Amino acid sequence: MTTPFSYVRPRSVADVISSLEAEGATIHAGGTDLLGCLRDGVYAVDTVVSLGDVEGLAGVRELKDGGLAVGAMTTITDLAGHATVAGRYPGLAQAAAAVASPQLRHQGTVGGNLCQKPRCWYYRGDFPCLRKGGYKCFAVNGENQHHAILGGAQCFIVHPSDLAPALMALDAAAIIDGPAGTRRVAVADLHVAPAEDPTRETVLEPGEVITEVRIPAPPAGLYNSYRKIRTRRSWDFAIAGCALALTLDGDTVRQARVVLAAAAPVPWRSTAAEDVLRGNPLDDAHIRDAAETAMADAVPMTHNAYKVPLFKGMLIEELAKARPR
Amino acid sequence: MTDDTRDGHRSGGQELSRRAFIKTSGMGTVAFAMGPAYGAGQAAADEETETRLEAGETVPITLHINGRSERLLVEPRWSLLFVLRERLGLTAAKVGCERGECGSCTVLLDDVPRYACMTLAVEAVGRRIETAEGLMDGETLGQVQASFVKEDGLQCGYCTPGQVMAAEGLLRRNPSPGRDEIRHAMSGNLCRCGAYAHIFNAVEDAARHRKG
Repeated sequence: MTTPFSYVRPRSVADVISSLEAEGATIHAGGTDLLGCLRDGVYAVDTVVSLGDVEGLAGVRELKDGGLAVGAMTTITDLAGHATVAGRYPGLAQAAAAVASPQLRHQGTVGGNLCQKPRCWYYRGDFPCLRKGGYKCFAVNGENQHHAILGGAQCFIVHPSDLAPALMALDAAAIIDGPAGTRRVAVADLHVAPAEDPTRETVLEPGEVITEVRIPAPPAGLYNSYRKIRTRRSWDFAIAGCALALTLDGDTVRQARVVLAAAAPVPWRSTAAEDVLRGNPLDDAHIRDAAETAMADAVPMTHNAYKVPLFKGMLIEELAKARPR
Repeated sequence: MTDDTRDGHRSGGQELSRRAFIKTSGMGTVAFAMGPAYGAGQAAADEETETRLEAGETVPITLHINGRSERLLVEPRWSLLFVLRERLGLTAAKVGCERGECGSCTVLLDDVPRYACMTLAVEAVGRRIETAEGLMDGETLGQVQASFVKEDGLQCGYCTPGQVMAAEGLLRRNPSPGRDEIRHAMSGNLCRCGAYAHIFNAVEDAARHRKG
């Protein structure tokens, strides 16, 4: 049982925003992450603001520019099973299908997936860690086999989302409504690196809510994929993952997005690997070079050096699949 | 589960509902109505109003469970699993991990398998809730349950009601699933006895009988 909280069920986004003004108010989208955090006492909540009765937040719609808008309350199941999504952005559908378990995909939402809290066992457990306003990262000298090999600073969580890397590879943006109006933030800019602030995960300000995610039209020749590696194959969070969005002209890479999951505290775009691929044929030499380059800056911790060859091998396999047949 | 218990809760609900602190913005205390699809006989909520339930207070809600309407008092923080087991005596859905990992509490919400431990009872208002009890016809097992017995799809049986509901949800969506589809659909339900092979056989058997 969690500590008591008040519960509000607004009918409109405007009422959601005003409800979020209350001290200690937080959003309930699918609720899977929220209820887990409340039960574990990760953070305290005075008021839960449910999005369940707000009209128009669920579903996928076409944009005039050929892109898609995905409502924040669209379930992961609906995203994974959406024919247009799978047809245009197969990597996004693959990422959605790889999220958690069927039951959690039926309940979890796109907006909630982007805003979920990290799974670090020190953060979730009874440790006064930096991210909870405490004094240090307990993973540094602790059990860090699932932690970051890239981008860690002060705090060494890995971002748990599968959708965020996939959306980032597609240059998607989040539409955020709040007291000051509506703003658009690239998914690439949505998450906060611990070097900047180890106590927050997203750039959302108090009172703000993601209402939609917009994905631009797929460029001609797009190859899009998502690979997730888990310790348990049936369902788990990633220990390594990658989203690819390559634009191919014959076997030459014109544009490349390589975004790593479970590598860093934020979804990790490897621009160095992209630079290796761009303008070059997708042959064995360039694929190996890209995989090596993606891991060049990796700084393993005491128990997660296995991730470096794991990421390299995964990238080699996934890039090879992108070759035209 | 007897009707007496349920009636007890109903009369208790009426008695205690005066304690419920309910307000809608811009209005005084009114009857609690949640969601446009909320049951008949309740005040239709004005489009402009929002529901607010105060922490620590119980409020009357109606849940549609196994074809019946159950009116009862809940706190906002109570999970659907807690309400099913501790307030309604429907103990098929089991308490396992209580963190959305094991699947022993799986129920159907509008035909779709969900973890009752990760669902607030107040979020289930207006939805069709089904538990393994609801698959019974009196004392007769439903098809999925009968197939679990026939195929020995269990050892200790603790995870079974959740497995049954996951299978029921799959077969409603896909009456002829292949083995891989079954494995995928059942992947959110752990069986610590490791009866998986028999569980998958049971789902296949249930699918065959459903078609026939």
